[in-house]
Amino acid sequence: MTAVRLTGVSKLYGNIRALKDVSLEVESGQITCVLGDNGAGKSTLIKIIAGLHQHDGGTYEIDGEQVRLNSPREALDRGIATVYQDLAVVPLMPVWRNFFLGSEPTTGRGPLRRLDVPLMRRTTRAELLRMGIDLRDVDQPIGTLSGGERQCVAIARAVYFGARVLILDEPTAALGVKQSGVVLKYVAAARDAGLAVVLITHNPHHAYLVGDRFVLLKRGTMAGSHERSGITLEELTRQMAGGSELDELSHELAAARSQAPEEAPGQQRT
Amino acid sequence: MTSASAAPVGPGKTPPVTGDERLVHRSLARRSLARPEFGAIVGALAVFVFFSVVADSFLQTSSMSTVLNASSTIGIMAVPVALLMIGGEFDLSAGVMVTSAALVTSMFSYQMTANVWLGITVSLLVTLALGFFNGFMLTRTGLPSFIITLGTFLMLTGLNLGFTRLISDSVSTKSIADMDGFSSAHDLFASQFEIGSVKIQVTVLWWLGLVTLATWVLLRTRAGNWIFAVGGGADAARAVGVPVARTKIGLYMGVALCAWISGQHLLFNFDVVQSGEGVGNEFLYIIAAVIGGCLMTGGYGSAIGSAVGAFIFGMTSKGIVYAQWNPDWFKFFLGGMLLLATLVNAWVRRRAEASA
Repeated sequence: MTAVRLTGVSKLYGNIRALKDVSLEVESGQITCVLGDNGAGKSTLIKIIAGLHQHDGGTYEIDGEQVRLNSPREALDRGIATVYQDLAVVPLMPVWRNFFLGSEPTTGRGPLRRLDVPLMRRTTRAELLRMGIDLRDVDQPIGTLSGGERQCVAIARAVYFGARVLILDEPTAALGVKQSGVVLKYVAAARDAGLAVVLITHNPHHAYLVGDRFVLLKRGTMAGSHERSGITLEELTRQMAGGSELDELSHELAAARSQAPEEAPGQQRT
Repeated sequence: MTSASAAPVGPGKTPPVTGDERLVHRSLARRSLARPEFGAIVGALAVFVFFSVVADSFLQTSSMSTVLNASSTIGIMAVPVALLMIGGEFDLSAGVMVTSAALVTSMFSYQMTANVWLGITVSLLVTLALGFFNGFMLTRTGLPSFIITLGTFLMLTGLNLGFTRLISDSVSTKSIADMDGFSSAHDLFASQFEIGSVKIQVTVLWWLGLVTLATWVLLRTRAGNWIFAVGGGADAARAVGVPVARTKIGLYMGVALCAWISGQHLLFNFDVVQSGEGVGNEFLYIIAAVIGGCLMTGGYGSAIGSAVGAFIFGMTSKGIVYAQWNPDWFKFFLGGMLLLATLVNAWVRRRAEASA
């Protein structure tokens, strides 16, 4: 079933066209990767899906129903959870408070209504263990965790709160090779759990490891949309890296090199 | 058990075997070191010892009650100001708002020849509206709270003086001591009671009550979680569905509520109000909150810390008198204390983070 479908979506910021005619779909139990260089419109795209911005043209459907989201809360209520690049965590707050932030469970009535702290700590610990993160102390400020761990906390949080659609904004951008692998494993785990995943990245290698479908963005427009069966990693990498532009660039560099092999360093010294 | 009681732990350090066993190694000292109040409590002890040595009469119970009473009037306001600071904002209008609250009660009751309780109710509504105005302007315009509340501060200062001159033709209000309801209101806001032979002002009870309430809210309610979140990362909080604007407006209304309590004390402690009072007090509240361990940038702090900060203020202001020094030196001490407290806080946090 198609969980999220965008058709011909565009977005204007004043007189700047950030997105034009972009289409994307993602089904439950699948991963759709959105690839693009800086400024390609990846962030604008997720902000529309996540309800932070509204689209100006085209349609946005959730489970076949046309929607126009006015706030992140609305998106969350429809089961769309977004894990942002800055992770939407509050660094100074303990892990367990961050885990439940915005959806805190309470116990007791009237003036005695209070946070269910034991439940919150227990659940945080258990959910993180399930993702293979064994925290020494859920009381430590989340800012003291490593980037990969924080990413996993954010994913675990989204899964725990019943997200059906998970949007990940460059989850591996700031991570080392090993940590990227860990995070991608959880992305795949979320997919296997039946979630529809939209993975935003500018790393075609990471995308190809897990993706079922690839959407390429370039300067706010769609530069290509491929099924996994219809594209190889080499081709994806080439298109992602700029395709024909890259060929041109390599020619230019080669030309520059053959012209002046020794001048450049010598000139800088004087 | 609090949001900040954990000694922060660096990633990738000695991963031991099971969960619960690992926590045993964190000593009590280590845990208390990481609490926001820790620096303030050390500071309070130092100030206490200092004045115990230099001022003979400082340790008498009567002196201690004087100190406590002086601390309470600042402390009542330091609590909501600390909460606001944890929420990442300032309120420069807090000092004069206290005077406004007192003036409204006094002048409404006098002009309408109404029961003072009616005046007190009107004052509550007006003060809450002022707090709402601050919060609403802040969240709507997105301007820094420094500018918004500086504006309210100046406007209120002017209104206090202007209206008082207009209505009672002097810089102070008329006495309302002989009006209906004065004595019961006096009992609630400005009476004294005795424990043994020590006279304690009722404001001390208000203060303790507010500190308890604020601590409960901060550490054990959803609203408390949101306060830490909007101060520590407003964008992140918004993205996970925290009502950021409502939380901030609520915090400003909390300041207003306490300004109302404080204003009623100001009025009923005597029976007239000077319209120019309160200017500069907003800094005392902020100082108490900062000395108490609140981070100026938000997201960290405690209500208990603000109480310790207010107590340090009380000890210093009265200690100088007991030491028979010229009170001119008081502000110098206060400034020194502020710098020292901030340095200790920063040092404690760094240590806690580096070696947990």
